[in-house]
Amino acid sequence: MEKILCIAHTQPDGNLPSVALEALGAAVRLVQQLDGATLSVGLIGQNVKPAAESVATCGATRFLSVAGAEFEVSRYASDAAAVEAIARSAEATIVIAPATLRFSRSLPGVVQRLKGRIETHVTGMDAADGKLSIQRWYYRQRMMATLTRMQRPWFLLLDGGVFPAWQGEPGTTTLENLAVELGENLLRTKVIGIQAPSTNARTIRPNADVLFVAGAGWTKKQADGELHLNEAGERILGFLANCNSSLGSSKSLVDQSVEGVPVLPFMSHLNQVGQTGSTPRHPKGLATCCHGEEPHAVGWRFINERRAINTDASCGWAQGKADVLYVADAFQVMAKVNELLAG
Amino acid sequence: MDGGYHIVVCGSIVPDPLQTLAPVEGPTGPSLKNEMMLPAVLDPWAGHALYEAAHLAKNMPGSKVWLVSLGPKQKLQQLMMSIAQKVSFELVVLDGPAGGFTDPCEVASVLAGGIETIQGLDRSRLLLFGGCASASRDAGVTMQMVGEQLGITDQFLGVDELVVQPDGTLKILERSEGGQYQVSVCAAAPALLAWATGNLPEPPNNPQIGMANMRTVMPALQKALPAKVGAEGVSFLSVELPKQRRETRIVRDMPPDEIAREIVDWIKG
Repeated sequence: MEKILCIAHTQPDGNLPSVALEALGAAVRLVQQLDGATLSVGLIGQNVKPAAESVATCGATRFLSVAGAEFEVSRYASDAAAVEAIARSAEATIVIAPATLRFSRSLPGVVQRLKGRIETHVTGMDAADGKLSIQRWYYRQRMMATLTRMQRPWFLLLDGGVFPAWQGEPGTTTLENLAVELGENLLRTKVIGIQAPSTNARTIRPNADVLFVAGAGWTKKQADGELHLNEAGERILGFLANCNSSLGSSKSLVDQSVEGVPVLPFMSHLNQVGQTGSTPRHPKGLATCCHGEEPHAVGWRFINERRAINTDASCGWAQGKADVLYVADAFQVMAKVNELLAG
Repeated sequence: MDGGYHIVVCGSIVPDPLQTLAPVEGPTGPSLKNEMMLPAVLDPWAGHALYEAAHLAKNMPGSKVWLVSLGPKQKLQQLMMSIAQKVSFELVVLDGPAGGFTDPCEVASVLAGGIETIQGLDRSRLLLFGGCASASRDAGVTMQMVGEQLGITDQFLGVDELVVQPDGTLKILERSEGGQYQVSVCAAAPALLAWATGNLPEPPNNPQIGMANMRTVMPALQKALPAKVGAEGVSFLSVELPKQRRETRIVRDMPPDEIAREIVDWIKG
């Protein structure tokens, strides 16, 4: 009989992030699929009562918490101590958590302490014949594996945007607060705050409908033999503003900033999509001035509809990686696109 | 810090990202087709960690860098021909598989064991560096497990910047959700930093560094101990390439205005 624990941490406003509700939705579904399985919910934060009440009707038999000011912040030592206490109390055999920075950082250490095992970037779960199997990608989204394992506790970090979020009525519940003492050695790290990257605009929007990717072509000499960085910046930021889209980049473009080549000032490595960047999830993606080579295109694995603008009709996007490739000058096309969107 | 840091970087090889990869089923589980023949590179994020380590060591007199690599020693030897020319380090070789289908717990155990054998390593001055994830397994968990085994409870994931402040504290920027950074200050070493891209370019080749490194690289390769790493307890039910290949419509000779209209309709649709 599996004892399933779904853990989550609160946001600064005391609520649960949407990815936590997705993890809870997956956990509830798994409990329904596995005969005799039970569900516990573990919550970490300064004050988790409102969060517990918001998911009180999810069917969990126990609601465990580690709460207090020191557990509001995202810090390895305190997070690991909190998760360890909850997992031990729940005697969990399967632990399901959203892939936030806090849990991505702290859960592996907890797994080590509990002599368990962990799978991350989980994008699918199934419980056929009473046996849990999961899906995850290897080699940066190049191949998909379905696997199961014997060891317990088995920790699963679920990627966001994959599983339907749990939906239900709030209610009341009895919260079991676990006391976790943090010695001085666990408080050597102080969280100072959150800082936007050293660029002048917030360009990464994980919930946007459209991902706009700019490649190095924007910073190359154009048909007139000149660079047009200002115009490139205007076109790109104009589209982001008009469409409320998220901005991605090819590696070659963001690498230019450390190589002393002229760059777009609002770009950083945080925008990078692909092999050594992110793999965002958006319904649509538009690539511009980017060749769509494999190391970049693997970052598009979870973009549903893909279009590209490139002057090269034989670029990577034409090789079955995009739905539509427009062989055109992105400067001209995006100027008109912005005009139409603004109108 | 007086006397500098002892910086241990964990990093190994991955297939060159431009290579076509295909899974095959072997007697011990899945692996890559022609894995030993594929050109390999230093795992990109581990590479950034190594360059950041070398940069920090250069600016903190008395510091020293070790590179601890788990991989087939023939392939590590090939890798050293390029990497050893870039930054100074002492190599520790653990001769075992470097593929993505091994279990990170087993890998972490071997790496931690390798680090514990380093002669003269001062754990109170230890900064443990590595990539925030590999380009093979891409789990993003191995470094934290190594850190935990070494008793390091100040850990940071997805680091892009480390500043040693005048009072000796470590100011660290970690990638957070939504394209932002979490800023933390850690009192002192020991600490673990699993790096993202960092801020440094790949250093140019320097033959003098290469010659100096090779004096320790070759002996390290020769005395490499075999490391047993697998995926015990795991059953891979399937490993397959994604089947989806799009039927790309290539639009040529369409005026920019028309393309723009089509794109706007698509976005709004």
